[in-house]
Amino acid sequence: MADILKRNKALSVNPLKASQPIGGSLATLGFNRSMPMLHGSQGCTAFAKVFFVRHFREPIPLQSTAMDQGSSVMGADENVREGIKTIAEKSRPALITILTTGLAETQGADVHRNVREFKAANPEFADIAVVGVNTPDFTGSVETGYAATLTEILRAVVPDAKTAGTYPGKRKKQVNVLASYILTPGDLEALRDIFEQFNLRPVFIPDISDSLDGCLTAEDFSPVTIGGTPMSELLTVGDALATVVIGTSLNKAADLLAERTGVPTYSLGHLYGLKANDALISALAEISGNEVPERIERQRAQLQDAMLDTHFMLGQLRIAIAADADLLSAFVDLVQEMGAEVVTAVTSCNVPLLANIPVDTIKIGDLEDMELLGREHKAQLVIGNSHAVDTAARLGVPILRAGFPLYDIIGGYQKTWIGYRGTRQTLFDLANLVINFSHEEIPAYRSIYGQKPASELTDYPPSCH
Amino acid sequence: MKSTKDIAVLLDEPACEHNKKEKSGCAKPKPGASAGGCAFDGAQIALLPIADVAHIVHGPIACAGSSWDNRGTRSSGATLYRIGMTTDLTEQDIVMGRAEKRLFHAIKQAIDTYAPPAVFIYNTCVPALIGDDINAVCKSAQERWGVPVVPIDSAGFYGTKNLGNRIAGDAMVNYVIGTRDPDPLPEADRSIFPAVSPNFKVHDVNLVGEYNIAGEFWHVLPLLDELGLRILCTLSGDARFREVQTMHKAEVNMMVCSKAMVNVARKLQQSYGTPWFEGSFYGITDTSQSLRDFAKALNDDDLTARTEALILREETQIRQELEPWKARLKGKRVLLFTGGVKSWSVISALQDLGMVVVATGTKKSTEEDKARIRELMGEDTVMIDDGSPRALLKIVHDYKADILIAGGRNMYTALKAKVPFLDINQEREFGYEGYKGMLELVRQLALTIESPVWEAVRAPAPWKNKVECR
Repeated sequence: MADILKRNKALSVNPLKASQPIGGSLATLGFNRSMPMLHGSQGCTAFAKVFFVRHFREPIPLQSTAMDQGSSVMGADENVREGIKTIAEKSRPALITILTTGLAETQGADVHRNVREFKAANPEFADIAVVGVNTPDFTGSVETGYAATLTEILRAVVPDAKTAGTYPGKRKKQVNVLASYILTPGDLEALRDIFEQFNLRPVFIPDISDSLDGCLTAEDFSPVTIGGTPMSELLTVGDALATVVIGTSLNKAADLLAERTGVPTYSLGHLYGLKANDALISALAEISGNEVPERIERQRAQLQDAMLDTHFMLGQLRIAIAADADLLSAFVDLVQEMGAEVVTAVTSCNVPLLANIPVDTIKIGDLEDMELLGREHKAQLVIGNSHAVDTAARLGVPILRAGFPLYDIIGGYQKTWIGYRGTRQTLFDLANLVINFSHEEIPAYRSIYGQKPASELTDYPPSCH
Repeated sequence: MKSTKDIAVLLDEPACEHNKKEKSGCAKPKPGASAGGCAFDGAQIALLPIADVAHIVHGPIACAGSSWDNRGTRSSGATLYRIGMTTDLTEQDIVMGRAEKRLFHAIKQAIDTYAPPAVFIYNTCVPALIGDDINAVCKSAQERWGVPVVPIDSAGFYGTKNLGNRIAGDAMVNYVIGTRDPDPLPEADRSIFPAVSPNFKVHDVNLVGEYNIAGEFWHVLPLLDELGLRILCTLSGDARFREVQTMHKAEVNMMVCSKAMVNVARKLQQSYGTPWFEGSFYGITDTSQSLRDFAKALNDDDLTARTEALILREETQIRQELEPWKARLKGKRVLLFTGGVKSWSVISALQDLGMVVVATGTKKSTEEDKARIRELMGEDTVMIDDGSPRALLKIVHDYKADILIAGGRNMYTALKAKVPFLDINQEREFGYEGYKGMLELVRQLALTIESPVWEAVRAPAPWKNKVECR
């Protein structure tokens, strides 16, 4: 439905995009005892690490194949094999992903061959899942890198139903949940709670609520992730009742999983807003065969009440959103449900979902594009990551911080957006941001014959519009 | 792309003590067990604080996308450095050979939109590998639009962050420094410094490697003003392009804290005969020493006398202000693990406070630094070469350190191990320089060491030790 406006300038100013290796790393970090390794120069890893550390405020396991001048020109096969071996020997993780960067791909690296060679030469590490993924930063974004990495991990580890002897429904409570990058640790925790109310056991794939949730453990240091989806769970996903997919970007991963296991798939684009959550709850009722619990019905009614309370502030509100496709789609649905208008939608790269997002146009671009378009369309509120804070300031409007990275607030990674409760809180947050801004104040008029004290004429407070 | 020979020349730095030693900060990284940034990272860190320049990163998104607007450095005016710019190369650009063209147009776009006094182009891995000739693009863009366009050939795979610092310094020496003479001295309002004779001579000096993190240099700058030391340029905290252009006219250069850009000082000495010295503005002792070194290098008796008077005044005042804090921090044990900042410089600051430094990192220290550390801390001081999280935590426990002072990278290592921590690297949000900075330092030290949270996070939940409760 949306017209996609392609990039039409040479320079990207105030980039919105985060790279594919960042997405790939995030997907990897949602597995227990895992270690992502970027195949590139040391800086690729250092920058990605700082990116995550600032967002999650956690130590982040992330390694590098440390390509230098020689290996960049002459070939870096040895770097990959040596890197895998070093990590395997030092930390014995359960999963190592090798994520390519622009440098490695331009050079012509073949990490899949490197992985095969490593496996052949090092049978002693057969228990470690080693997965190569093509995630060059000259295409795609954090969203596509995350999706590609999850797909490759599933491809490498999930067994075929026939060979593994799994069949759908063998585990009567288990539901696989493919979780998009838009779900925060806080979201996943809330989601687990919802599943459990239906007497279901969700297996999140991946599960950053168990690895990047900011938990203080007894161990004082670990070189690999503590927590996350155990790799062993992937061997029995074929026994689940169903697979729930959250995030359109994961459709390919979902197809692969369904093909391998025969487990039926329920695809949901996101869990923002009333309609999206109704779809989730209906699906869970169907999968579990249980009635919708009273507590959830009450939360739904609370959300409805909040929608009434906040529609005064959010109705007709002109909003500019900068986010990758899954998140953009989620926010568009959420605010349109409230009668707000998305006057500017900017995203970082073109994916099929964009065309189906119900707005007039979507600009593939950067935060400068959002600034220019937002000004042109008189946006009253910005939704974007921490980089967009300056943009919003220049537009003179409030910002709702969402997406990656969030480095200028504490606990952004933990915010719960989803479910009836999360949606309700999001609506409150949005309304509070604009409660003093959104309505047009009538400028005071002073009669030329007025008898107001003279001091008022000079000390007149400026309008906030 | 730089040739191996170009890189070898940059690595061979006669003014750096590491040069003669086998041990160097530039050792080859090990795949799967490496930490630290790349040459591009180093180059960007070194120059991004030049606030009015358009900084364009030529490469695919990862280089700029994960790193723009990621610095604690402050500007007193211009804000262009905080606008992230990148050519964001696509697969098409790379395969079809359109990257140079995109760069050329990107330069135009930056000039058209922001009218900067100069544009800096940072080369990264991918364009270096496909052979983009950024020097030629910069040259023709400069001719076409009449704005200086400076190539900084800093592909990540060339080497470490340290090398990147040097590449950046080299680019400034080759393309920028010496292209403009300093403004005439303004009619300074001497009435702000009534105690000073109105006829003192003003000297032009530079600081190299001062990044104005969190604005900390503004603790020091008023003192330099008072002494009549005009800072032509700090490379690069709160600097402007027109200031960098004039660096060749300084009478003396101070290398601040780190030798990262020592090649700049050496080359300015070679080409213009400018002497240089190393100093630091961390801690009372070192701040005073640096001020004295300026007077000494400038060989100005009047300046020396005024410097001594200023030091006396400032030291007396700060020592008085620190007195109440000293009682709180005295005897606290510190494990110091610094990267670029000289360990001994911080050690003296901590000893000024009566704290005990139980061990210190020396991975990047020279033999000379180590000798100085021994002098300060005694012969049997523990020097740490292994900076891995595990090794650091072991030393914290073994030596019963009350606090770990290190770079931000180790922050969550410390916190996860429930160890108090103070960030001393460039990402930090507090300024510790100069006499006044000491007050911020003690406040931050006390804030974390004395915090009640440590007990709260270390104690087990009450139901876990029911036995003891009975």
